[in-house]
Amino acid sequence: MSGPLDLAIIIASLAVAAWAGFAGFRDRAPDRVQFAGLIVLQAGVVAMGVVSGVALLRGERPAELETFVGYIVTTVCWPAVAFVLGRMEPTKWGSVTISVGCLVIPVLVLRLEQIWG
Amino acid sequence: MTSEHSGMRPTGRGPGRVILVIYCIFALAAGARAGVQIATKFGEAPLAYSLSAVAAVIYLVAAIALSRNSTAGRRVALVSIVVELVGVIVVGLLSVFDAQAFPDATVWSGFGQGYGYVPLVLPFVGLFWLHRTTRPITEPATKPVTEPVTNSDGA
Repeated sequence: MSGPLDLAIIIASLAVAAWAGFAGFRDRAPDRVQFAGLIVLQAGVVAMGVVSGVALLRGERPAELETFVGYIVTTVCWPAVAFVLGRMEPTKWGSVTISVGCLVIPVLVLRLEQIWG
Repeated sequence: MTSEHSGMRPTGRGPGRVILVIYCIFALAAGARAGVQIATKFGEAPLAYSLSAVAAVIYLVAAIALSRNSTAGRRVALVSIVVELVGVIVVGLLSVFDAQAFPDATVWSGFGQGYGYVPLVLPFVGLFWLHRTTRPITEPATKPVTEPVTNSDGA
C-alpha cells in the first residue's frame, strides 16, 4: 500500500465531506465543487486500486485476502456511488448524502491499510 | 414516484435519502463480512456468521422498502427496522453476557461497538423517520395547521 496516496485520499475526502456538510447546513444543493471533489476522489481510489492490484499480481499478500478484495472493490466504486446519489437529490439533502458518503472513504482506506498490515 | 398513492411523504427522498445511504452501507458492510466469513471459516462461529448474513439481509430489505415510497414499502420497512432494533439489543446483550456464543464479531456485537454504535442508533433514526413521514403532505407556512388528519393507522 502507498502511504502518501492513502493519506492524500483521506485528507481530500474529509475536505469534500466538510464542504458538502457545510453546503447542506446552509441549505444548498450539491454544487460543482462537490462533484469535482468526488471526481478527484474517484481518480485517487482508482489509483489506489491499481497500486493494490499490481502489488497482488507481484505476489504480495495481505493478511486476509478475501476481505481485502471486498474492501478494495467497495472503495473503488464508492465516490461514483456518492456522485450518483448526490445527483439524484438536488436539495440540501443531496449535499448531506455526499458528505456522509465522503466520511465513509477514510474508514474504508484505514481498514484497507489495517488488513494489508 | 408512487408517493401519490399513499398520500404520505415519500420515505426515500430528502433526509430519507441520507438514511437510505446509511442502510445501504450497513447492508454492504454486514453482507461482505458474512460472505467472507461463511466462505472461509464457517465452522469457527456458525451462529455469529449466520447472524451477520441475517443482519445484512435485514438492512437490505429496509433499504429497499424505504426507497419504495409506498404504503407497502412503509410496512415492510417498519417490520425490518423493528427486527433490526430487537437484533442489535439481543445480540448486544448476548455478546456481553454469553461471549462463547460469539467468538467472532458481528455488526451487532457489543451493540454495534465496532461500527461506532451506528447499528444501535440507526433503527431509532429509521423509526423516527417513518413516523415523521406518516403525516400527509401539507403546504408549508401560510396558516397554522391544526393537524387535519389524525392517522388511526397505527402501523
